Amino acid sequence: MALKDYVFKKSLWVFHFGGASCNNCDIEILDCLTPRFDVERFGIKLVGSVRHADVLLVNGSINVRDKDRLLEIYRQAPKPVLVIAIGACGCTGGIFAESFNFAGPVDKIIPVDAYVPGCPPKPEAIIAGIVALINKKKAEKEVEHAA
Amino acid sequence: MEEKIINIGPYHPLQEEPELFKLYCDGEIVKNIDWVTGYNHRGIERISESKTFDEVFFLVERVCGICSTSHPFAFANCIEEIGRIELPDRAKYIRSIIGELERIHSHLLWVGLAGHFLGYNTVFMWAWKYREPVLDLFEMITGNRNSYAMFRIGGNRRDIENDKIPRMRKVLDMIKRKTDLIKGAIMDDPVIHARTKGVGVIPKEAIIDYGALGPTARASGVDIDVRRDDPYAAYPLVDWKVIVEEEGDVFAKAKVRILEMYESISIIEQCLEGLKKEPEGTHYVPVKNIPAGVGMGHAEAPRGEVFHFAITDGSKSPIRHKIRAPSYQNIPTFKVSGVGQTISDTTIALAAVDPCYCCTERMGFAYDYKTGRKTLNGKDLIELSQRKTDEIRNKLNK
Ligand code: SF4
Repeated sequence: MALKDYVFKKSLWVFHFGGASCNNCDIEILDCLTPRFDVERFGIKLVGSVRHADVLLVNGSINVRDKDRLLEIYRQAPKPVLVIAIGACGCTGGIFAESFNFAGPVDKIIPVDAYVPGCPPKPEAIIAGIVALINKKKAEKEVEHAA
Repeated sequence: MEEKIINIGPYHPLQEEPELFKLYCDGEIVKNIDWVTGYNHRGIERISESKTFDEVFFLVERVCGICSTSHPFAFANCIEEIGRIELPDRAKYIRSIIGELERIHSHLLWVGLAGHFLGYNTVFMWAWKYREPVLDLFEMITGNRNSYAMFRIGGNRRDIENDKIPRMRKVLDMIKRKTDLIKGAIMDDPVIHARTKGVGVIPKEAIIDYGALGPTARASGVDIDVRRDDPYAAYPLVDWKVIVEEEGDVFAKAKVRILEMYESISIIEQCLEGLKKEPEGTHYVPVKNIPAGVGMGHAEAPRGEVFHFAITDGSKSPIRHKIRAPSYQNIPTFKVSGVGQTISDTTIALAAVDPCYCCTERMGFAYDYKTGRKTLNGKDLIELSQRKTDEIRNKLNK
């Protein structure tokens, strides 16, 4: 088992990329850190640089100008990195998918491991998304071991 | 001395949306500021022309998530002006209640983040904690914590049933007590005084020149507020006052926002009284079609005046829709408030003008690619700011 796979089981460090969003997703992500939801008790924390991150949260629709920057940030991330698309915008482009400036959705630009739909998703949903992803990773590992 | 460039952004905590600020610094002093945008352009005005009037509300709600009622508010005012639609009183009260609840949660959000930038993470956590009950109210009334989808042409999509009023009152009482607490924590703290008084001052003339709006303007002695100057919804039916401060510094801006929260609570309480007098179910008037015409509508968002302009031709969608948000006016005042300050003060000065930022701990690039010069990132900035607070705190404690 690669060290990084082992690390994915707990204390994920998260880097947050807000594309052309309406902010609500960004705020709900921040809300996860504040006392009511407090994801830091699970060791999950936001970090200032993607070079320190295990997880890349992407929210908002990706416009033409964001696209290269998202690719660059993905390139800088230590691999393997988990990518989670947050919100209707992150998953599909949402209401902005018809825009002339739309270059996404996220999964057309970089590989995405999990989707959290909602506009905006509640903090509970974001936490549930991360937990589901951790469980999926664990299950994958077990299958690998059995094989 | 070598000039240092500090990039704030494009993916950085200070701004609500991805935007790039370049600070040109000589040592500790910020000499100039550049502003680059476009990372968040979504073509909303264009999309709007392909949507029906009912759908446009969902779209404009997503111009800015924090003010997700102000834009529908302004758009409704605009279309209702074209259609000459008169709202029933109950609809007006409901609109004002939603608008003011939003102001409370938005101002709490600002207080929290301002606290964070000053190194007062306790204020950050507290303010956001007390913001949650407001979001719960929204969830109870509208079904969603943000993006409430509450308005439609001619009124509201949903009623606020009278049996929800006691619970709302209870939460409002709680928020009032907590606002007292936050006010005490900010107004009486010598460290916060030292960090914010006389910092990021925008003189009255500069506000007028830049056309700045909302609390930014009101903190510099410019007495403007759309709710009073061009009344809409239930604001003429209730009793409230516009908060104006003279100093124009960060402290004054904080004070304006905190005092406005009390006004908002009182407006909501009066609106709840008003609701009781109006029969349930009169929260909208049916509207068949919108005639051809030109309309303008504005509304006072937590950050200032939101302005919408639309042209209709009698069909189902607007043929032109123009939006102007207050931050567009407020952001350039950085040139006045930020230039000439130390870097750590610029951090809070930038933050004080436009309170609509949401993503802590995002960063700019660590190196300027072209010149290879080292630049500071967002985290360094916040650390600088927090360190200064610590120094002041230690000095005062001695
Ligand atoms: S998914 Fe909805 S809430 Fe999230 S950024 Fe997009 S429009 Fe805003």
